This record gives sequence, structure tokens and C-alpha cells, in this order.
Amino acid sequence: MQSYDIVIIGGGPAGLAAAAEAKKSGVDSILILERDHELGGILNQCIHNGFGLHTFKEELTGPEYAQRFMDEVFDLGIEYKLNTMVMDITDTKVVTAMNKTDGMFQIQAKAVILAMGCRERPRGALNIPGYRPAGIFSAGTAQRLVNIEGYLPGREVVILGSGDIGLIMARRMTLEGAKVKVVAELMPYSGGLKRNIVQCLDDYGIPLKLSHTVIDIEGKERVEGITIAEVGPDMKPIPGTEEHYKCDTLLLSVGLLPENELSKTAGVELSNITSGPIVNDSLETSVEGIFACGNVLHVHDLVDFVSQEAANAGRNAAKYVKEGAKTASKEIKINAVDGVRYTVPVTVRPNEMDDTVTVRFRVGAVYKNSAVTMYFGDEQVLKRKKQIMAPGEMEQVVIKKEELAKHPDISDITIKIEQA
Amino acid sequence: METRKLTCIGCPMGCQLTVTMQDGAVVEVTGNTCKRGDDYARKEVTNPTRIVTSTVPVKGGRIAMVSCKTKNDIPKDKIFDCMAAIEGVVVNAPVHIGDVILSDVCGTGVDVIATKEVLSA
Repeated sequence: MQSYDIVIIGGGPAGLAAAAEAKKSGVDSILILERDHELGGILNQCIHNGFGLHTFKEELTGPEYAQRFMDEVFDLGIEYKLNTMVMDITDTKVVTAMNKTDGMFQIQAKAVILAMGCRERPRGALNIPGYRPAGIFSAGTAQRLVNIEGYLPGREVVILGSGDIGLIMARRMTLEGAKVKVVAELMPYSGGLKRNIVQCLDDYGIPLKLSHTVIDIEGKERVEGITIAEVGPDMKPIPGTEEHYKCDTLLLSVGLLPENELSKTAGVELSNITSGPIVNDSLETSVEGIFACGNVLHVHDLVDFVSQEAANAGRNAAKYVKEGAKTASKEIKINAVDGVRYTVPVTVRPNEMDDTVTVRFRVGAVYKNSAVTMYFGDEQVLKRKKQIMAPGEMEQVVIKKEELAKHPDISDITIKIEQA
Repeated sequence: METRKLTCIGCPMGCQLTVTMQDGAVVEVTGNTCKRGDDYARKEVTNPTRIVTSTVPVKGGRIAMVSCKTKNDIPKDKIFDCMAAIEGVVVNAPVHIGDVILSDVCGTGVDVIATKEVLSA
């Protein structure tokens, strides 16, 4: 069996940044396994601009952002295998994969970094009545068809869900000559970034109907029309509010799900809320030596934060390889309550942690004129006022090791949303 | 006096801005909660610009399409003209990031450049 110090599952933005940082942290034996025919992951089909504002202080397109990290991986001489599908990972870090040249093969890794990303929630996960005609696509599938394959999947379009990919595709299909008639969003607020609502919908006069959902799909061979209706506070359609749109295409932009089938084979414990692994401050999962980063861990809005998080995972995996497993002397749990849906990481090791640890989280509803607070035990250590927080935009707080050391007896940290 | 309503993109707050204008000049911006809203509104009503991104077919490449963008932002009202100008352009592999695909698109003085590396097949 071949062996590598670090095997990285996935060569998208998370895998690339993790690989580069692991190498720079002194580990030479690294292998990236990627199932597509090229590195870069989903960024290859995200041809719009707005990537890298935080990292490079300029607005790049997805492929340009990916290329910067690919160039770094090439310059560092990191090994990778394309067209390679990982089938299994064990808790002893044996990775089973296959491709056309090597057939099925196994690799013993000292550390594994999970960077498989996420996938779109499909129609099957929604309860939409109606036939199953052609013309229903997830927004990301449509994005692939238009931007990679060069096909326009429809001419008259209705979009369900106001996630960022749906908004981006509303604009993209409009520019390619399609007519996007409406975007319906079940929730009373949009799931996408404000910037995308303005620049992808408002710019082109595409209406966004909040608290609306699709209640019927018409057409047997191909979509012929869609009926939407307003929903009440109980999320049920309100009779009498039905509106019919003639169209040939329905795009679904209704959420992303971390892709953790492999994590499960390794016995990695997953969060019910994020569907991603439960990790400590080093981004190590419940299985020693297996780390996670990027959208497989929790779905991000900005790739810049994926790259930062992945670099941390890479550095910590390198540290694990060089220093071996260490049992944490103490582990403090972070409680996510009162509007905070989850946190990543879930635990912090006060003695082993870096000088600062960034804790990322999402809120469960729209909060105006509120504050993010953090408590070490019962003592409030942070209160940051925020004019607005929304589920579509990730929030963060920073825990300082020095601060935490001043509270040696606490057993938990709590992050919540309170009145400003 | 005319008024225009905008949604600020400065942050998730999305302030509803009202811009009062006279003879093409901004008289007043209201509805904003910070300076960014004021700046955004003034630029947006006097000189709105956008970066346009698209794809063009590539011949003899490892992949079928190469992504591209206007190197700088162009006037918002030229977006569809720009798309029409890009339509029909075909490039030959290899293509490198930054290669000019269409120069001075629609008289804007801005080039359309490739945003992806495409090696020859």
C-alpha cells in the first residue's frame, strides 16, 4: 500500500488552500485526490466576479481565484490525481480510491483532510406536487450547462429559492437571452447576499416574491407552466393567492448540503444542524487525525473564508503529522443558543489552541439592532452591536487564548444574540 | 425634481435609499444609515457601472468554453450591447488568463479578457 503523510479529499478551493498551507508548514508528502478532470472545484463554473475581495483586495472571477491557488499548489510541487473518485476512508486513515489509470488503489495516510464541498438540495427533497417533466434543474446544474458546456437550458424561467446561485443564474440566463419571470422564496427574507439581489434581480427588473412557493408544476414531457402562491406564517399556501407563470424551465436554488458520505464511512461524528463534521479549534473531527474544511464542514457564503479555514486545517494537519497525536488537557464546549444556530468549531482546547481562534456561525432569523454576545462561563466577555444579522450572511467572533487563560475554571463558552 | 429609489448594497442591512435629483445632479440622499449608502447612491444614479462576465467557445481546447470578463467596469446601459458583441466570438486554444478576447468592447475603451487557462487538446 502507498503511503502519504497527508491525503486531501477534494481539489476545490478548500483542498487547494489546505494543501498549500500544509506544505508550507513543513510536510512534503501530500496528495490531493480530485474526482473532476481539473482542479478548482465549483469555482470553475462560477464565472461571475466578486471573489477574493478579502484575500486579494480585488474582485476576481471564480476561475481566476482558483487559478491563484492552483498556481501555488503547482509551484510548491504538491502531488495530485485527477479523475479520481474516493470510495472509502477508514478511521485508521486508509483511503480507497479509483481511476482509469490506477484502477482501485489504497493509500495509508497519517492525516486526512476532508474537503469534498457540498451539493445542492434536489427536487426530491422538496414536496412540490406535479409531474416530473424535463426542464427542472438545480441552479448549479444550469450554471454548469451554460458556463461549462455552453448550452442554454431554457428560454422562459421561474426560479424557486433565492440562494446566491439562483440569483447569479437569474442574471446569467437573462444576459444569454432567456426571460426570467420571477424568483419565489419560501422564507420572508432572501437566502442570498444583498449585493446579488440588487445586481442580479433589480438591475434586470426580475421580481423577487418573498413568502412564496411553487405549488404546481405543469407539463408532462417538458415544463409548460408553474403556479406559485403566497405562504402564511405556517408556511402553508394561502388559497386565492395563486399566480400562474407560463415557462419551460424551473430552477431550484433551495440550499446546499455538505457532502459527507465519506466522512461517515470513517466514523466522523456529524452535526444535525450543519450536516458537517463536529470539529475542535484545530478543525479536527471526532476521528483523530481527520480534519475538515470548506463547504463539507459548513456551507460558506464567501470563498475567501473557505480559503482561510482550509489553511488552518492544513497547518493543523501538518502539526499533527509532525508532532503526533496529543490528548487535549481540557476541552471547552461552545454553546450556540438564542438565535445562534451553530458554531464552527464546536469545542476549544484552551491549552493547545492558537493565539486566536475564529468561531463562525449563522443566525436563525433576521435580527435588527441586536448584539452578538459571548460568555466565558457566566461572565460576558464580548458584546458587539449589529444593525442587522441575517441567516444568509455568516457571522464570526474571535476567541483569544490569553483571554480564555484568565478564566481557568469555566466549563463552557456561550455565544448568543441579545438586545443591543 | 425627480426621485429614485435604490437598495444599498454596502451591507446586509439593505437600506432603502431615496435620491432626489434636479437636472441630473444629486440634491439629497435619504434613507441611508451610513456614509457608504450616500456614496453608493450618488455613483449609482450618476454613473452606474458593472463588470460583465460571460463565456465564449474555444476551438482546439481541452474544454469547450472559456470564461471572460470586461477588464474594468463598463456603463450599466452597455451591458446588453456588450453581450451582443461577445456573441459570435470564437477563440483558439491555448488561452491564458488576461488574453484579450475582444478589444475596446462597444467603444467603452474596455477590453474583454479571458479569465481561465485553456490548454490545447
